Amino acid sequence: MAVLSSISALAGHVAPEIAGGVTVEIGGIPIFLRSGNADFCEMIERRYAGFVNPAASPEYEFDIDLNPPAEPSDEDARVWKRDDVWFFERGDFHAEWDSRTRRGCVRQAPNPYAIDTVLRIVHSLVLAEEGGFLLHAASAIRSGQAFVFTGVSGAGKTTISRLAPSNAAVLTDEISYIRRCSRGYRAYGTPFAGELARVGENLSAPLGALYFLEKGPANRIVPVSNRAVVPALLRNILFFSHDEQLVKRVFDSAFEFVSRVAAARLIFTPDERVWRLIG
Amino acid sequence: MNEIYIARSTAVASRVLDGEIVIMSAVDSTLFSLSEVATVIWQAADGRTPLSEIVRSRICAEFDVAPDAAYRDAEAFIDDLARHGILRVSSAPISRDEPQVAAMAASIPVRTA
Repeated sequence: MAVLSSISALAGHVAPEIAGGVTVEIGGIPIFLRSGNADFCEMIERRYAGFVNPAASPEYEFDIDLNPPAEPSDEDARVWKRDDVWFFERGDFHAEWDSRTRRGCVRQAPNPYAIDTVLRIVHSLVLAEEGGFLLHAASAIRSGQAFVFTGVSGAGKTTISRLAPSNAAVLTDEISYIRRCSRGYRAYGTPFAGELARVGENLSAPLGALYFLEKGPANRIVPVSNRAVVPALLRNILFFSHDEQLVKRVFDSAFEFVSRVAAARLIFTPDERVWRLIG
Repeated sequence: MNEIYIARSTAVASRVLDGEIVIMSAVDSTLFSLSEVATVIWQAADGRTPLSEIVRSRICAEFDVAPDAAYRDAEAFIDDLARHGILRVSSAPISRDEPQVAAMAASIPVRTA
């Protein structure tokens, strides 16, 4: 396949500065997106402003091959693995990524949504390998700790982000980035914006607590059993692939996470006083 | 009555949590949280013990339930899990080495069985 051939051709091709492209560093993981199209690179720099780091040494590299314009696709991306190569596909892109060489290529329409989905998928796969995950959740740093607010659509992720006080740094209102580290977990800011259409702050902090959001008549924190936490957490983790080994790994990661991170229900009424309970 | 044999699929991740089993299908990421009775059936699903024997010696012996009702409930339970590739069901004993056919099903969030 032509795209696979181009992965092979990339072998040994280093020094990203010799070709056009942008290094986007999310969660402390720099990914170089190589493209000779200046307009596309400029669009990437705008979209991921705050997460572009030309000085970083890329851990992963993708060659971007732009197709003629296509409408952004609403369908779910299909993700599968054959040997060491991952394949991601949707109406507006086709990507292949060799997890062993850490190089890949994307053939995509010149819209930002395709590369955004590719980045989400790649990060979810990289995180899964090390015991972390992407979570449908808002998150913010306050008093040196990160707090993650997860819940189903409409539970209040955007609302809790909008209500954050000035001494809280919002990491995301949509997709939380959770990495396993030696002493627990860290939450990182992401540029994956939700309804606020606001890129999160490129910061990170040790994870203090996980809250399951519910709207209610008063602000209160309610204890919750591990038995309830695990299914609720798994339900909100982003699964792009049904690869058997990946699913098992993420399943185990969820149990490990619950054994180490405090979790509770956060019932809140939509005003800023809810933040008195946080941090 | 034709015997039914059931075996746990290897294409699942499972853990005991507070005495109950949580299972995730690797086929479609469906999550099951098993009740006490369902947990007993899952643990007894060795591919060699007929379902009728599991119901008689485990379910009826450990829970206050009539055999016919217990068997009907067990059948419904295993049908549900089999659809998601979590249990293998056969009219003959199932060998561990027997190739597994993954059941394809639409993903649904969390099931309690």
